[in-house]
Amino acid sequence: MDPQALLTCLSTASCVITQTTGGLISGMLLFLVAAGLSLIFGTLKVVNFMHGSLYMLGAYFAYTLYTATGSFTIAVVGSAIGVGLFGLVFERLFMSRVYNTDVLMQLLVCYGFILILDDAVKIIWGAEFLSMGMPAAFQRPPIMIAGGILPVYYLFLIGVTLGVALLLGLLLTRTRVGKIVRAAAVNPTMTAALGINTALVFGGVFALGGLLAGLSGALAAPVRSMVAGMGFSILIESFIVTVIGGMGSIGGALVGALLIGLVRSFGTIGFPLFTEGVMFLFMTLVLITKPSGLFGKEQ
Amino acid sequence: MRSTVWLDIVIAVAAMAVLLLLPLVFPGKAFSDFMIRLSAFAIFATSLNLLVGYTGLVSFGHGLFYGLGAYSFALMMQKLGTSIPVAFVATVGVSAVVATVVGAICIRLKEIYFSFLTLAFQMLLHSIIIAWTPLTGGDQGLTGGVPRPPFLGIRLDDPQHLYIFCCAVLVVSLFIMWHLVRSPFGYTMRMIRDNPRRAEFLGVHVWRVRLLAFVVAGVFGSVGGLLMSLFVSSAYPDFAYWTVSGEAVFMILMGGISVFFGPLVGAVMLLLLNDVVTRVTEHYSLMLGIIILCFALGLRKGLLGFVLWAWARRRATAN
Repeated sequence: MDPQALLTCLSTASCVITQTTGGLISGMLLFLVAAGLSLIFGTLKVVNFMHGSLYMLGAYFAYTLYTATGSFTIAVVGSAIGVGLFGLVFERLFMSRVYNTDVLMQLLVCYGFILILDDAVKIIWGAEFLSMGMPAAFQRPPIMIAGGILPVYYLFLIGVTLGVALLLGLLLTRTRVGKIVRAAAVNPTMTAALGINTALVFGGVFALGGLLAGLSGALAAPVRSMVAGMGFSILIESFIVTVIGGMGSIGGALVGALLIGLVRSFGTIGFPLFTEGVMFLFMTLVLITKPSGLFGKEQ
Repeated sequence: MRSTVWLDIVIAVAAMAVLLLLPLVFPGKAFSDFMIRLSAFAIFATSLNLLVGYTGLVSFGHGLFYGLGAYSFALMMQKLGTSIPVAFVATVGVSAVVATVVGAICIRLKEIYFSFLTLAFQMLLHSIIIAWTPLTGGDQGLTGGVPRPPFLGIRLDDPQHLYIFCCAVLVVSLFIMWHLVRSPFGYTMRMIRDNPRRAEFLGVHVWRVRLLAFVVAGVFGSVGGLLMSLFVSSAYPDFAYWTVSGEAVFMILMGGISVFFGPLVGAVMLLLLNDVVTRVTEHYSLMLGIIILCFALGLRKGLLGFVLWAWARRRATAN
């Protein structure tokens, strides 16, 4: 515990800005993963415990595509689509078999996949830490604000994520597809009776969740080092985020993710050993006072 | 009813006798170490199954009690220098109090939210252990060892005595839990699992039964952790990490959720698997993942559950 260091940081503009931008990009990457997790839970009523592994796959896919083509755009788009397809296949072949069993079976299937994917990554890409490096387009001096550092890539990342959040919100609330997804979430049997292929909807939602996780992994690749098992901490954090924000709420995921991102970035200065503890404390308090989350609908 | 109690006691004594004779068949240290770890995990997994399988409370955070049992016992032995029986009883007491408080908060929540909250409490304990370095040693675990002074002629620093002690605790714990699930209270637990609303209408205090089940499970869960801290002569933050809860869930599902001895069989399976697979291949998690998938998609009753089911079916067709 070092409250003194935290106070010193909070009293200097440069430290506040540097930590805030760092917290924002952690939060944004977290949001993409948590939004997918939340979307899948809201629609399918299953918790995809292997969602962090999809994030990991996204990062490794991006690494391979980037080293093969040299284009960061291709790497990001390709890996997001690739992970989305992987999510679809996983949902159709495995997850859809355990929808009507209890949550333990879903947990088991996901855990099995976490283990398999971690080892698969070790076999394919090796067990050492990998680093993709910053794409040439972003290799510029950072923007300085009052002595605080804002790398150009951070700006790009925040912009892309906010754009995705907006698109996702519009898709769910303003389009026919969004209407169908929400209908299937409330009453899948009735939706199916109205002639809508709910299997397709479920698969599509899972693919979309996978796409978001893959996108997050790909965007994280230039700023995070990659290792098998890297999906784990982001899974736990996105779990906390969705519970705080409300399972099924995209807006809640955004608020929760920013909150956790900032806790993490300022926590490393003030209470490095208890950062995770503060996150779980938030989660506990929210669950006790409002189990459906800050922005979730009451059950 | 009374005669079955005596029969069970005879069976328990026989089981204990077999456990005492086993080292003659398998002399090495590897075997007794395996059995000590097994006793800790079997008690822990069986106690979790009281919640998951019998009361329908899917806890993701049972490792809270495993870690709590290990740390409170080890700390009492180390810092207060109490005798083992006193620390044992005090650990059970601490766990019962914590389980009452945590349980009272958690069981208000429905289904998945209950699971999340139990997990959050467990990870909170894990974070406290990591952060409270002066007391717990932080992520290095407790250093300096857990003293094991002799009591009643039992010297737990002697591996042989420790083996016997752990086996005895295992048999007694399973005996108590077995009787609990066969008592009227155990039937009430199952009734709540199957239909809480009906139980409510029949005048059952659902809340009270669930809480009591949570406390009993917590107490036995901490006994599992206590045995482990005796064995390793320390306590590590990993004991309170969520993976411990996860392992217990696999043990339950591998052995069979609907059978009392399922978690015991599952514990044997998972520990054996750990030992064998790590020796055979470096791709341990790949193998374990595939095995887990087989159980989740193919063998949902668990091994013991499946064997008993197949046996019952054979008898039914034979008649």
